[in-house]
Amino acid sequence: MLCLGLLCLGMAVTSAHAEAVSGQDQAITLSLATEPPSLDSMQATDQIGSFLLSHLMEGLVQYDAEGNLAPGIALRWQVREDGATFWLRKDARWSDGEPVTAHNFVFAWRRAVNPQTASQYAFILFPIKNAEAINRGELPLSDLGVRAVGDYRLEVQFERSCPYFDKLTAFMTYYPARQDIVERWGRAFAADADKMVFNGPFTLAKWVHGAHLRLEKNTRYWNREAIRLQVIDFPYITSDTTAQYNLYKDNRIALAALDAGTLNDAVKRGYEARLFDFGTLYFLEFNQRSERATHNLALRRAIQAVLEPSLLVYKVLGLPGIKPAYSLFPSGMRAYGITFSEQYPPPAIDYNIEKAREYLRQARRELGEIEPLTLLVGDSPRAVNEAEYYQYVLKQALGLETRLDQQTFKQRIAKMRRGEFDIAAAGWGPDFDDPITFGDLFASWNDNNRGRFENRRYDSWVAKAQSSADQETRLQAFDRLQHIISEQVVIIPTYENVGMYVQHPQLQGVRRSLFGGDPNFRYAWVEP
Amino acid sequence: MIAYILKRLAYGAITIWFIATATFFSMHAVPGDPFNEAKAASPQLRQNLMARYGLDKPVTEQYLIYLRNMLRGDFGISFTQENRQVNDIIREHFPVSAILGVAALLIAATGGIIGGAVAAHWHNRSPDRAMMIAVVLAISVPSFVIAALAQMAIVRANDWLSFPLLPVAGWGGISHVWVPALVLGLGTMAYLARLMRSSMLAVMQSDYVLTARAKGLSDWQIFRKHQLRNAMLPVVTELGPTIAAITTGGFVVELIFAIPGLGRYFVQAIQQLDYTVIMGTTVFYGAFLVLMVVLIDIAYGLIDPRIRLHGDGR
Repeated sequence: MLCLGLLCLGMAVTSAHAEAVSGQDQAITLSLATEPPSLDSMQATDQIGSFLLSHLMEGLVQYDAEGNLAPGIALRWQVREDGATFWLRKDARWSDGEPVTAHNFVFAWRRAVNPQTASQYAFILFPIKNAEAINRGELPLSDLGVRAVGDYRLEVQFERSCPYFDKLTAFMTYYPARQDIVERWGRAFAADADKMVFNGPFTLAKWVHGAHLRLEKNTRYWNREAIRLQVIDFPYITSDTTAQYNLYKDNRIALAALDAGTLNDAVKRGYEARLFDFGTLYFLEFNQRSERATHNLALRRAIQAVLEPSLLVYKVLGLPGIKPAYSLFPSGMRAYGITFSEQYPPPAIDYNIEKAREYLRQARRELGEIEPLTLLVGDSPRAVNEAEYYQYVLKQALGLETRLDQQTFKQRIAKMRRGEFDIAAAGWGPDFDDPITFGDLFASWNDNNRGRFENRRYDSWVAKAQSSADQETRLQAFDRLQHIISEQVVIIPTYENVGMYVQHPQLQGVRRSLFGGDPNFRYAWVEP
Repeated sequence: MIAYILKRLAYGAITIWFIATATFFSMHAVPGDPFNEAKAASPQLRQNLMARYGLDKPVTEQYLIYLRNMLRGDFGISFTQENRQVNDIIREHFPVSAILGVAALLIAATGGIIGGAVAAHWHNRSPDRAMMIAVVLAISVPSFVIAALAQMAIVRANDWLSFPLLPVAGWGGISHVWVPALVLGLGTMAYLARLMRSSMLAVMQSDYVLTARAKGLSDWQIFRKHQLRNAMLPVVTELGPTIAAITTGGFVVELIFAIPGLGRYFVQAIQQLDYTVIMGTTVFYGAFLVLMVVLIDIAYGLIDPRIRLHGDGR
C-alpha cells in the first residue's frame, strides 16, 4: 500500500476536472476521440487534427458563423482563369506578436508540396502551377506558382483553371507557417504545444500526450472581439462513445455523439438529440481490372438491379441517422447556393429481379462459369451485418456465391489498392465545398479510383468540371458524371451517414460544418 | 545465486531477441503498410514516404538497422503519431499503465488471497458457494462489460448524491485510479481466489497441519504459520505473468476510462500498422515480462526455503 501511495504522489496532480460549461469563465469542457496524430498543418490528414487546427490557425479565407466563405487573413481576393490574387490584412498577428505575411503562405505551400515533407495532402495544392511536378521531384521548390509581392499581397498562378480555388484556401494544408519556427524544431515541429505558433482565434496552452489538450483564446488574433469563449478544455481522450455519453450525463463534457446504444437513454432522459449530416457516402466499389469477373458490365448490372439501398438501410442496419444513397453526390451536397440533388435528381434504377437474371445470363454467356466473388469488407459489427446482407441477397436472388474477406481498415485499403477484391465496401468524405471532391474520384488518373474504372467520357466530363468557370456547364458535367457512374455501375451507392449528438443547453453558437473543421466553436458562447 | 540470476538474465535476452525478430517479420508479412490512408497517396508520394522512413530498403536490411538501433535503446519515430519518438511514448505512457497495473494487482492479490482462504475455510458452506459464484461471474464476464457497468454506476451515484463522488473518466488524481484498477484486477482476483482456494484445501488436508493440530496450536497459528504460507506458493508463481498481463491488458479499461496508458498505443499501433510503435511496445513488454518472471523466481526462493537458487540449475 505504501508503494502505491508513493506512486500516486508521483502522478501529475491536476485540479479536479471542471464542469461541462462555465458561463462566468466562458469555458467549455469536451472530449476528443483520439490524440491528434499531428498538428503540423502541412502534414495533418485526420479529422481531429483538422478540427483542432481550424481553431488554432486561419487561412486566407474562412467560414463565418453562417457557414459562408468569408475573409480570413485575406481581406479580399480575386480568382481569374489563370491565377488568383489575395490582398492580406495588415493587422493579422501570430501568437508571438509577429505579423502574418504573404511570405508565410509561400513558405507553407512550398513545404507542403516538397517531396521530402511527403505530405499526404500535397495533391490539394496541385491546381497551383508546377505543384505536381515539384511533388514528383522534377522541379525545384522555387518554381511553385506562388509569390509574395511585398508583405501583404499573394500572387498565385494556376496549372489549370480552378474556379473554386478560394474555397481550397480555407483547407488546413493551405494554412500559413513560420519558417523560423519550423526550422528551429525540425522533425519535432508541432509535436508539443511549445513547438508551434498560432494565427487563429485560439492557442494551444497545454498538450499532455494522450491525456489532455487545452485551447485558450488568442489575445493577438485580429478578430478577437468576435471570439467569446476563453477556454476550450479537452481533459478526456477516448473513442468509446458510451464513455463520452457517460461523461455528458455526469455534466463533465458539453457535447457527445450518440449511437444506437446511447440514443434510447438520451431520449428517455429528455435530451434533445441533434442531427448532423457528415456528407459521407458509403458504396460498393467494383474491381474493373480485366482479369476480374466484375470487369463484365452485365454482371455488375445484375448486382445493381437486386441491391436496393433502402432495404439495406431500413431493414438490415436499422440505425437512426443512416439514410439510403442513390448518387455519387451525397444528397446534402451544395453547389452555387443550391442543393445539387434537388436540381439534378439521382439517376433512376430499375430494381427488377427478372431483369437482373437476364443480365446474369448475359454475363454467363460472356464469362462462362462465374467463380465465387470476393467481397472485401471492414471489421466493424455494422460492416459485417451489411456484408452478410449482400451475401444473402446475391445468393437468393441471383445464385451468386460470394466469399467474405474481412479486414481492418489499413489492410482493406491496401488490398483495394492492389486490386485483391471483386467488390469492396468503401466510403468517401468530402475535402472541400464543391461536388468535384466526389466527382473526380473515378477519373482514370485518380489514385483513389481503386477499382481502376477507366472511361474516356467520364474523364472528359471531370476535366470540364475541373476547369470550366461557367456554373451551368459545371453542374451539367456533375450530372453527366452521376449518370455514367450509374449506367456503368462503377459503384453502387448504399447509404449516407448522419451523425447524432447531444449538446449542453447553455452552449450556443456551435456550427456543425462539413468543411473547415467540425464542430466549429469559433463563434460559440455559454449562456450564463 | 548471482550466477543463477545472470544465467536467467542471459536466457531472458535471447527470449527478447526472439520476440523482436518474430514480431518484425510477422509485422512485415501483414498486407499493407502504415501509409494506407482513406485518401490515396500517389506512387510518387508513397515513394517519398517510404524513403523518409527507410521502408524502401530490403526487409533484411531494415531488420539489421532495427536491431542495431534497438541495442542503442532507440526505437525510432512513430509513423502515425508523426514527429513523436517511440521512446517518449513508452516513457510517458508506461508509468500510467504501471500505476494502474500495480493498483489492480494489489487489489487482485489481496482480494484473491483473502477470498480463496475464506472459501477454503468454510469449504462447501454458504461463504464458499457465494465466493465461487462471484468467481465464475468475474472470470466469464468480459472486462469491457464490467468497465461499462462500473462507469454507469458512477454516473448513477454522482447523480443520486448530486455531487461528484468519483470521476466518470479521466486521469490525474488518486480518485481516478480506484474504479479502473478494480475493474482491471477483477478477473485476476477471481482467478487467484480459485487458485488459493484449491491450494488451501490441499494444505488443510496435509499431514503437517494434522501434526500442528496435534501439538495443540491454535487455529489462528496453524492458519498463519502453516496453511497460508504454503498455500500462497502457487499464487506467487502466478503473480509474475499476471503483472505483465495486467499492465498490458488494460486496453479496454484505458479506452473506457480515458486513461492515457501504454495499452492503448499498443493496440492502436497494430491496427494502424505503426511499425516502430509495434516493435517498441512489444519488445518493451516482452522485456518486462521476462524481468517479472526472473524476479518471481527469486521471490519464490525467499518464500520457500526448500528452493535453492544455483547457477547450475536444479
